[in-house]
Amino acid sequence: MSMTLAEKILAHKVGRDVVRPGELLEVPVDWVLAHEVTTPAAIKMLEARDMDRVWNPDRVVAVPDHTVPAKDIASARLYQRLRAWVQRHGIKHWYEVGRGGIAHTVFEASGLPAPGEVVVSGDSHTPNAGALGTFATGIGSTDLAGAIYAGTIWLRVPETLRIELKGRLGPGVYAKDIILEVIRRIGDDGARGMAMEWGGEGMASLSMEERFTLTNMAVEAGGMTGIIPADETTQAYLREKETPEERWHCFQPDPDAQYAQVVEVDLSQLEPVVAFPNRPGNGHPISEAVGIRIDQAYVGSCTNGRISDLREVARILRGRQVAPWVRMIIVPATQEIYKQALREGLIEIFVDAGATVSYPSCGACLGMHTGVLGPNDVCISSTNRNFTGRMGHPTAQIYLASPAVVAASAVTGHITDPRTLEPITEEAA
Amino acid sequence: MKVTGRVHVYARDHINTDEIIPARYLTSDDPAYLAQHVMEDLDPDFPKSVQPGDIVVAGKNFGTGSSREHAVWALKAAGVEVVIAESFANIFYRNAINNGFLIVELPNAPQHFQTGDQVEVDLTGGTLTNLRTGQELHFSPLPDFAIQVREAGGYLEYLKAKGGSQER
Ligand code: SF4
Repeated sequence: MSMTLAEKILAHKVGRDVVRPGELLEVPVDWVLAHEVTTPAAIKMLEARDMDRVWNPDRVVAVPDHTVPAKDIASARLYQRLRAWVQRHGIKHWYEVGRGGIAHTVFEASGLPAPGEVVVSGDSHTPNAGALGTFATGIGSTDLAGAIYAGTIWLRVPETLRIELKGRLGPGVYAKDIILEVIRRIGDDGARGMAMEWGGEGMASLSMEERFTLTNMAVEAGGMTGIIPADETTQAYLREKETPEERWHCFQPDPDAQYAQVVEVDLSQLEPVVAFPNRPGNGHPISEAVGIRIDQAYVGSCTNGRISDLREVARILRGRQVAPWVRMIIVPATQEIYKQALREGLIEIFVDAGATVSYPSCGACLGMHTGVLGPNDVCISSTNRNFTGRMGHPTAQIYLASPAVVAASAVTGHITDPRTLEPITEEAA
Repeated sequence: MKVTGRVHVYARDHINTDEIIPARYLTSDDPAYLAQHVMEDLDPDFPKSVQPGDIVVAGKNFGTGSSREHAVWALKAAGVEVVIAESFANIFYRNAINNGFLIVELPNAPQHFQTGDQVEVDLTGGTLTNLRTGQELHFSPLPDFAIQVREAGGYLEYLKAKGGSQER
């Protein structure tokens, strides 16, 4: 019987030949990723029920990221609750403040997850890890508590929506534009409860960093997970990260697998996309956004805070200045990325341009700290959500785009197509 | 099992978790505190006007966005008994089931109600009656698994009763 990639992984995990969409399964998990906003509640639930145990402390990865370093006393307490639990149970993979960053981005580069594994986390952007061919899904605190306790989750086998890529991206167009375009086309609930499986001949041209951006935003289309079959690019990445080869299960979807829907995207035809307030699916071609005046430009998050993103931003900011009325905030997603950016001289370019560089964390992505928006602020952001109130005051307006669009807009003070910026001469730079 | 409550209609799709409970309150997981701010970015009057037993009616993809279970806790602690929507986002749906919080999927849900209507929900029978118009509507009852979880008192109680653990 033919199966999609998600079906193959789930069948393998439950020891069956075949599983079908709609079946309710109890699935063993390989990794639990834990941060300080949703995990303390899960711990409290377990304690209250005399269930305070961890099914396998070696398979829990704990990374405080949303409000660290603590922004106030309440967030300091959340962090303390997570850390005390980590110490009490001997959680093996603990990324202390200053040694980690955004949990998803730390995890993707940790060498821990392998293709064919199941990953859960009390965070909706868990499908990020799906770019490695894992089945990765976000869950709430009760499910998280259940996974910590029993090492399993319940789930209905999702239907699969297939995205077929062909061609190659043109200059100035990025993975962020692909995912914003897909969500624009299928809608904010277009993949509701489904696995979004990516493939096609166009995939070969995309790097691992670009692929993480694609699966990261599965939830913005309602997806249960986003997933990319492991190929040569994936395997090279796994080797680099020293993920033990005996753990790889590089399942491929069957050619005649059943899909709920197939969406085709010709990468060569894509233009930069800007998602207007207040839905990620409210995408428009950049030409319709050009000229909108901004107050803040934000680069960061688990979607677009990687080294390749920072390089694109630096390429644009080099020899230029952030517009006088704009606050530009750049947040490397992890300490490793931060260090790499230092090594390459990117941070100096940012500072010279008049941008603020902040420590690795979720930052203003969810409006908790490091660049919270005030009333009526207009922000162009490389993050993943532009909901009302997401980055601060409910009257603030958030436009989502690639880091290059954010950087170009920071320079002119208005939303700008990076392909239209005048080149900077060597001397000026 | 029947519940009757007063309806608040939000005739909009994609009401998200940031609107149900904004991140600025997420440094707490105390349901009573969260309830004071429930849905305030969508309707600032809601936390003041909501009464125990009330019902929220909305369009498609209710609860989209973050995995924060705080959204379910806030609604539940504010006294909301049921959410009736055209459809629910995946994680919100799971969180509701795990908390034994009642959700009903009903096609074109907002069209059948006005804010203030009294509605009777028969969960086992799968019918809803708008007591103002007398209209009776049908929905598919919750899956058996959800009912077992609710009867156990929540997902963790269900899991504990099973005693299951996967050792490695
Ligand atoms: S960076 Fe933003 S989207 Fe990613 S985990 Fe943090 S808050 Fe969530």
